Amino acid sequence: MRAFIFQRATDPSAAVQALAAAASANSPLTEAAVQPLAGGTTLLDLMKLDVMRPATLVDINPLAGNWSTIDFDGGNLKLGALARMSDVAAHPQVRQHYPVIADSLRLAASPQLRNMATLGGNVLQRTRCSYFRDVSYSACNKRHPGSGCAAMEGFNRTHAVLGTSDQCIATYPGDFAQALMALDATVEITAKSGVRTMPFAELHKAPGRSPEIETVLAPGELVSAFTIAGRWPRSLYLKARDRQSYEFALASAAVALDVQDGVVRDGRIALGGVATVPWRVREAEVMLKDQRLDEALAARAADAAFSAAVPRRNNAFKIDLGKRVVARALQQAATMEIRA
Amino acid sequence: MTIAAPQPKANMGQPVPRYDAVPKVTGQAQYAADMPLANPAYAYLVTSAIAKGRIDGFDLSDARKVRGLIDIVTHENAEKLKEPKLFGNGGYMSTTIQPLASAEIAQDGQIIAVVLADTFEAAREAAHRVKVSYTAATPTASFDSPGTTSARAKGQLSQFKEDPKVGDFADAFARADVKLVASYETPTQHHNPMELFATSCVWSGGQLTIYEPSQYVHGLKNGVAEQLGIDADKVRVINPYVGGAFGSKGSVTPRTAIIAAIARKLNRPVKLVATRDQGFTIATYRAETRHVIQIGASHDGRLVALRHEGAEISSRADPYAVGGTKITTRLYACLNVDSMVSIVRADRNTPGFMRSPPEVPYLFALESAMDELAFKLDMDPIELRRVNDTMNEPIGNKPYTSRSLMACFDEGARAFGWSKRSMRPRTVTDGDWLVGHGCAATCYPTQMAPAAARVRLQRDGRARVEIAGHEIGNGAYTVIAQAAADRLGIPYEKVTVAIGDSDLPPAPVAGGSNSTASTCSAVEMVCGQVRQRLFKALMPNEGLVDKTKETVGMGQTPVTQAAQSGQPLDREKAFDALGISIVEEYGEWKPEGAPLDSFRAMHDGKMRMVGGSEMKDRIAYAFGAEFVEVRINRWTHEIRVPRLVGAFACGRIMNPRTARSQLMGGLIWGMSSALLEATEIDERTARYVNDNLADYLLPVNADAPGVEVILLPEQDDRIDPAGVKGLGELGNVGTNAAVCNAIFNATGQRIRKLPVRLENIEA
Ligand SMILES: Cc1cc2nc3c(=O)[nH]c(=O)nc-3n(C[C@H](O)[C@H](O)[C@H](O)COP(=O)(O)OP(=O)(O)OC[C@H]3O[C@@H](n4cnc5c(N)ncnc54)[C@H](O)[C@@H]3O)c2cc1C
Ligand code: SF4
Repeated sequence: MRAFIFQRATDPSAAVQALAAAASANSPLTEAAVQPLAGGTTLLDLMKLDVMRPATLVDINPLAGNWSTIDFDGGNLKLGALARMSDVAAHPQVRQHYPVIADSLRLAASPQLRNMATLGGNVLQRTRCSYFRDVSYSACNKRHPGSGCAAMEGFNRTHAVLGTSDQCIATYPGDFAQALMALDATVEITAKSGVRTMPFAELHKAPGRSPEIETVLAPGELVSAFTIAGRWPRSLYLKARDRQSYEFALASAAVALDVQDGVVRDGRIALGGVATVPWRVREAEVMLKDQRLDEALAARAADAAFSAAVPRRNNAFKIDLGKRVVARALQQAATMEIRA
Repeated sequence: MTIAAPQPKANMGQPVPRYDAVPKVTGQAQYAADMPLANPAYAYLVTSAIAKGRIDGFDLSDARKVRGLIDIVTHENAEKLKEPKLFGNGGYMSTTIQPLASAEIAQDGQIIAVVLADTFEAAREAAHRVKVSYTAATPTASFDSPGTTSARAKGQLSQFKEDPKVGDFADAFARADVKLVASYETPTQHHNPMELFATSCVWSGGQLTIYEPSQYVHGLKNGVAEQLGIDADKVRVINPYVGGAFGSKGSVTPRTAIIAAIARKLNRPVKLVATRDQGFTIATYRAETRHVIQIGASHDGRLVALRHEGAEISSRADPYAVGGTKITTRLYACLNVDSMVSIVRADRNTPGFMRSPPEVPYLFALESAMDELAFKLDMDPIELRRVNDTMNEPIGNKPYTSRSLMACFDEGARAFGWSKRSMRPRTVTDGDWLVGHGCAATCYPTQMAPAAARVRLQRDGRARVEIAGHEIGNGAYTVIAQAAADRLGIPYEKVTVAIGDSDLPPAPVAGGSNSTASTCSAVEMVCGQVRQRLFKALMPNEGLVDKTKETVGMGQTPVTQAAQSGQPLDREKAFDALGISIVEEYGEWKPEGAPLDSFRAMHDGKMRMVGGSEMKDRIAYAFGAEFVEVRINRWTHEIRVPRLVGAFACGRIMNPRTARSQLMGGLIWGMSSALLEATEIDERTARYVNDNLADYLLPVNADAPGVEVILLPEQDDRIDPAGVKGLGELGNVGTNAAVCNAIFNATGQRIRKLPVRLENIEA
């Protein structure tokens, strides 16, 4: 960890001002000299590991007054970027109308972490790739573009099978983002130029040829809120993992179904633990449309979800596992009891 | 009584609360790194990023710019220390790979520099700014890597005594009715105690004080003195609490003498707290092992031939091996037995003791094979053990001092509901879950070592016990206080215990589960000396001397009438007769069969442990039976363990509360060693990959929702005066086999390689 300057942002415009000050066109956001600090559960860890070396931290927690809403207006949901994971997971209306959100948060990390961590920080958490997190490995394209990838031929059990490139196979580790993907959420971004929104699905960028660029955010831009249109009571998050709790997904599925008279009108599937970014599988979703969901259909959809998967030495199991998780999640969602 | 404090049965002490409960839960307990130091320099280690090769040079310019930097010590400017000698070969050290001695790199994560600064933060930052250039050679990572060398353990390591054999295995196996041949593998594991490897060194007028979590303060004191080339009397190790150790803090690691030498040079206290990942390479670990078991049996299940071949990884520098065939060849009756252990060298750090070092990997193989054999024979696995139960070990035909293995199986089976288990695999389901039940035997040698103690009794009934034992979470304070209170006839609350300080009378390493047996035997003996003085003073002419001797000598003999009356003696009157207000006694105790040089060795910090299978005319083991329910999700193949039941018989139970806690932790650890814990090695670089507590999987509470510990009464008068069998390492043995046996019962799939992950489940 390097010595750094600690600043506290008093209002959004001061925050984005401070963050934009050190912006440089050439370096990716994650390398920017000034970084926002929310719960700190990703950022401070990476600083202690010497992976991130910001010269300045801007504490955005003072913005929580306006940025931590959990607002359900009967039809739509708005979640502030500084809302804590634990608060959102426990919120009765979130649990009732958006079980996939509540589950994805409840099944993540530990109670202590969920009490600290924010939704904004959560979606922007960085990969758990061991080679990325250990600077003594010199080959990591995400840390040092062009240096190679130690994981590609190394121990890669937890790495991704979807959305990979020959530069990086690091898994996007979060759970909540899959729920946002499945529910077609919109993300609100606050910048110097003002507030804008865009589909959440456009926030993250697959590694491609530049794994150091993880999102479309530019220095000086903050995630301020997420909104979800409509209610999704028939939705859930299924997470397969090595431990019963306090563990990242080996494979997970966020599914949301709109079922009328036994027929799927709209079905959404997003995958976690298997892809380099939050991963929506539209090719599987279209197979569900206007169909009755049975075991065979669920299995076919699951196959489609992984048709593009590329395994490595230690992670090939994720393809089969991921398919079973998707199939099971779909069937569970189809039969789940909906609270009125 | 509560679940945590079970009602004592026959030959069990009271479940008094832990002596150190309040300081621990209120945060008052001071661990090594909590000790206040005057103006310390903070040390931060730089460790190698290659496993084999040499350092070409350092670029320290960037590091030197950090404000508060004091010095950077590398092989170029480090003080030369004396040659290290391995613990298992008569020395003190965990490894003979001596860091900072040359530019050579012999292992991943070798200490290559120590950065010193005025603050921890500055030391860390400067360490992160150190640039190293290497010439790397291609290292050998493990068994299947090119470049290993393999040789029999016998003759390489003095700690490894024999490859037990008896009868004619080959012939008996060839003619056996039923044969089983199976191979098993266990992974690399690291102890990962919560408390990190910390070391603080303070010099004052030629006297060195070390604050370091240690399972053996006298070993550490002598080992560091030897490396520094100074008199051991000039070194003191203080360490009242150890935040977990599991073997990793038993032998001396190179860091201590390095930090001591730096502190002497700087003339300033130096404090080091190594990071979690550094802990994977600057101390020891449980090496990966491979096994081939061959069993021949008759149709009725009797073993007629058994062969166990084990291979273990060690470093290039050191021939370490745990060698568990000494027990697997003796556990069951069998006339024709053969075994062999070999050591396979790779470019790794030297492995070492980790909780039940030989038993965990070797019983995994044997107890899995027994289950396989039972299935082949269509026999209940418990009945297979019963048919082969024996009161004499087969190799030397020595009698077990006591052995309650089948009683443990029967009690455990009852509590678990074993009789309802389906023998046929894959027959029980519950919703999405396949359910399976499995069991296995556990055992652990009863070991003792010489120990000394000083006991002071006051006229007002307060006592102080001094013994350099170790509180590693085992309950050492508690049982020592209980032993003294019992013997002195005073309340537990009146006893003060001082341990964890090498200025106190020496006790052995808190390892091999010998602590309670050794320290309590010594303390009980010295308490007897105190009583004897008081008796003599009070009743010089009453001929009580012989009787008191009987009382204070061997612990199992019934206490004298005087002691039974509830008023062993009128203490105050006795003190008045003596004309003093304090009686203080010092004594040195050694177990039967300990070698002649035992006491000298004890003061030199060297172990003369006796017991287990290495006694002349008998064999002493504690036994238990473990039962596991596994559930495997048919969709995700996640493996969960809702229920663990263990029944154990371990001689006298000093305190059912601390005993239960040890065994419960053991069961959870054992389950974890089957399903979770494994250190992954990058094969190309021979480096540990998951060297942190997020990636090195340890169980969380949700992984162990139901754990039941059953303590069976057992009395054994042929072990140590305290009648105690060590149990700290009993709970986590055999559990790994029981888990795999349960997985077989749930799925029909036999898994012989640990850990079992969800991707290893086929159906
Ligand atoms: C041991 C452990 C286990 C975990 N297990 C799980 C798990 O199972 N599932 C899971 O989903 N997560 C898990 N996590 C990750 C955890 O959920 C994240 O660390 C947390 O959500 C991050 O939130 P934070 O507020 O602490 O972010 P911070 O650490 O403060 O920030 C994270 C990153 O986002 C940036 N940032 C923060 N807020 C904003 C904003 N509003 N706008 C723009 N940039 C911002 C920061 O600069 C930083 O780069 C685990 C973490 C740990 C340490
Ligand atoms: S997978 Fe990505 S993050 Fe991991 S080492 Fe390769 S480039 Fe770095």
